[in-house]
Amino acid sequence: MDRRLLLGGFVATVVAAAARAATEAAPRRIPVVARKFVFIPSEIAVRQGESVVLEFTAPEVAMGFFAPELGLRALLVPGEVARVPFTADKPGRFDFLCDVFCGDGHEGMNGHLIVTA
Amino acid sequence: MPAQFDRRDFLRLAGVGAGVVFASGLAGCAARAGMPAADFHFVQLSDSHWGFNGPVVNPEAGTTLARAVAEVNALPLQPDFIVFTGDLTHTTDDPQERRKRMREFKAIVADLQVRDIHFLPGEHDASLDQGAAFQELFGPTHYSFDHRGVHFVALDNVSDPTARVGDAQRAWLAQDLAALDKDAPVVVLTHRPLFDLAPQWDWATRDGDQVVAQLMPHTHVTVFYGHIHQEHHHQTGHIAHHAATSLIFPLPAPGSQPRREPVKWDPAQPFRGLGFREIERRDVAAYALEQHAIEGA
Repeated sequence: MDRRLLLGGFVATVVAAAARAATEAAPRRIPVVARKFVFIPSEIAVRQGESVVLEFTAPEVAMGFFAPELGLRALLVPGEVARVPFTADKPGRFDFLCDVFCGDGHEGMNGHLIVTA
Repeated sequence: MPAQFDRRDFLRLAGVGAGVVFASGLAGCAARAGMPAADFHFVQLSDSHWGFNGPVVNPEAGTTLARAVAEVNALPLQPDFIVFTGDLTHTTDDPQERRKRMREFKAIVADLQVRDIHFLPGEHDASLDQGAAFQELFGPTHYSFDHRGVHFVALDNVSDPTARVGDAQRAWLAQDLAALDKDAPVVVLTHRPLFDLAPQWDWATRDGDQVVAQLMPHTHVTVFYGHIHQEHHHQTGHIAHHAATSLIFPLPAPGSQPRREPVKWDPAQPFRGLGFREIERRDVAAYALEQHAIEGA
């Protein structure tokens, strides 16, 4: 067998492993701000199988993040970052909402996680 | 009309049977109908949201509650008592404005002829200050009372803005229920549904399953609640849950559309979907519900 071919295969394997390790070690961070009475952004797009961490801040009052179909939930406290790791295993459009009553407009505070295949 | 006039007779004579829903979680309630029962009835009003301003959904927000009061006063047979199952007022960030709305609400309902009134908070009344203003103006947010052999429990699932009844109140509930025979009739009054009706619309109580588990050993339990601005009937095992209409705007059927937006006012059918109900105890755990629309509907 050609030595160069062998070496090339080895390098490709190492690079792929390193890339995989880097991906596993550092999921994509998605900052989300919860303000009265909106999530910014209110639509969050991810790819199926992609590992992400939703990083919530709530600078005004305590709020909540709840995506019932995905089983994701977090309490958002001012001054703290609430990290919600998430890897979508199915494509679709999934609703989320604020589930901590935060005032007039709370009922309309929601958004969508859009998972593409 | 004689004071001792029996309401069951009245319903028969008035021919309103078509408007009566027999609500019972128990099989065999018909067989019990012949049994002697200490019949009584009460009125449930809910979700008046006093202080709400939104002409597109209710241009009569300033008169709807007073209309309901007048219609309750006009009932041919006055109820034994009245319950308000939360969201008496619409929320505001201003603590003084919250108290002002509560005082205005109290002034309007002071015109009710029936003086025995039990108030519960909704999240609009209590979630932003953990029930402080409500307690100042209406008293405790959870309590129990007995009426003609039925044990009523008012549960607060709104003072915690995360919609929990909470450990302390559930411990209180356990103690309250422990004093009862397991077959004693129990009525639970609360604001939010105690089951996951539509979690994607926040129509749930986070620890509602634990509350229901506490109630399960009791064989005759019925829950009356508000929050969802429409009639809805649900069973968890033998426990029946009945949601009430509101006095400000209807909301869509659970999960029927992407957003839980109020149903807009229809000038051709003013007050559509708004109202209150009479609840008549028919048997140990059988209740007849009679819905009343607001005048003009």
